Amino acid sequence: MQNEGVHTIRVDLPLHLRRLANLPNHETTLDVPVPVTIAAVLDALEATYPMLRGAIRDHITKQRRPFLRFFVCEEDWSHLPTDTPLPDPILTTREPLIILGAIAGG
Amino acid sequence: MSRVRLLIGTRKGAFILTSDAARRSWQISQPHFPGWELYHLKASPVDPNRIYASQTSGWFGQHIQRSDDGGQTFSPVSNQFSYADAPGTHQWYDGTPHPWEFKRVWHLEPSLTDPDTCYAGVEDAGLFLSTNGGSSWEELPGLRHTESGPHWQPGAGGLCLHTILLDPTNPDRIVIAISAAGAFRSDDAGQTWKPINKGLYSKYIPDPTAEVGHCVHHIAMNPRTPNTLFMQKHWDVMRSDDAGDHWTKISGNLPTDFGFVIDVHTHQPETVYVVPIKSDSEHFPLDGKLQVFRSKSGGNDWEPLTKGLPQKDCYVNILRDAMAVDTLDDCGIYFGTTGGQVYCSPNGGDDWQAITHDLPAVLSVEAQTLA
Repeated sequence: MQNEGVHTIRVDLPLHLRRLANLPNHETTLDVPVPVTIAAVLDALEATYPMLRGAIRDHITKQRRPFLRFFVCEEDWSHLPTDTPLPDPILTTREPLIILGAIAGG
Repeated sequence: MSRVRLLIGTRKGAFILTSDAARRSWQISQPHFPGWELYHLKASPVDPNRIYASQTSGWFGQHIQRSDDGGQTFSPVSNQFSYADAPGTHQWYDGTPHPWEFKRVWHLEPSLTDPDTCYAGVEDAGLFLSTNGGSSWEELPGLRHTESGPHWQPGAGGLCLHTILLDPTNPDRIVIAISAAGAFRSDDAGQTWKPINKGLYSKYIPDPTAEVGHCVHHIAMNPRTPNTLFMQKHWDVMRSDDAGDHWTKISGNLPTDFGFVIDVHTHQPETVYVVPIKSDSEHFPLDGKLQVFRSKSGGNDWEPLTKGLPQKDCYVNILRDAMAVDTLDDCGIYFGTTGGQVYCSPNGGDDWQAITHDLPAVLSVEAQTLA
């Protein structure tokens, strides 16, 4: 949904981040100004849920934490520049931006 | 009627254990922060409902939680630990320079006088201070700026600042310890620091009597006698009677003097507890027998305490922050193991009971005595 240069974006978060942010559901929705990129979504996410600062990306460098991944329309966008514009299915809420923990450890 | 509350940090969450003063029957909370590593929880000595907790994860980084209701609920506070300046490098395991990088908070030490003030010891070694209940953290960079800083090298667990002792008689005096740099003391509230490792001997480093480079595992102090410090080093149990200026070995008749924890009886400042571990290569009790050793003479003469502890087939470890004492008249001693057991002695170590056998691996234990 677009409204005066703002898109509503669905974001799917892993369990531990949902608990940290006290979110009851897998997904949250955020209003993100254009251009909608992963960096812009994370800016909006951290503004709404300040306790997530530092949990997904570094406070200062904004570098993604190594064991987290960004999935967009069944593609791994983790290594793309975070200012890459997100595609229509994300902008129209048909698909969520998925943030998930990499499978590692035991 | 007094009560005891234990704050238990584990590899998979935090647990709060409570009992009346008899300390025979315990209630165990549901896990707080399930799935996260809780390196340390500690309550303010002036506001027992104020608890700080270090919550960390390899996936989701470091977070600090604060409770204002004795651990019933927690809320996240600031998790931003930024070194005060470009931190430069320390030595890596292979001796090459390695950038200083924040990884996690190992130890939280609330102020003795102000519940909103709390120190945090972090990896890579640094000391941070919050004066607003954790809403922000500022580094005290004088420690990292000591002449030896660029030469500090991590121990096996990382370059961690794991021990913070505040002197109740001198608010300007702080003692800290770093693996594997050694012990340091500030006499000006953390602005400047000096190494306090004279008397330590570490045969596994190039200069066994070097000013820094010793793998200090933990230091304990009885608040009544703040100039007397007891240290469990990698190998060797040590004591100092001049706030760390000089150390002497007090391993005495211990069957092995490798270990991690050390603590002091609340009412008897010369009664000391350690849990000997077989060796630096085999991190479990000697001969499969879990034994706490107690010295009532400030070291050298040690007696094994075994009543109620497993005396065969026990291969757990007791990590550096996983022993605590309460302040009841008959001093309670507590420790947790990497096997998830938490043991209690309600009578200074004479008798032990397992409060629980089945927690995740225990990282830290703190005891609160509540009115």
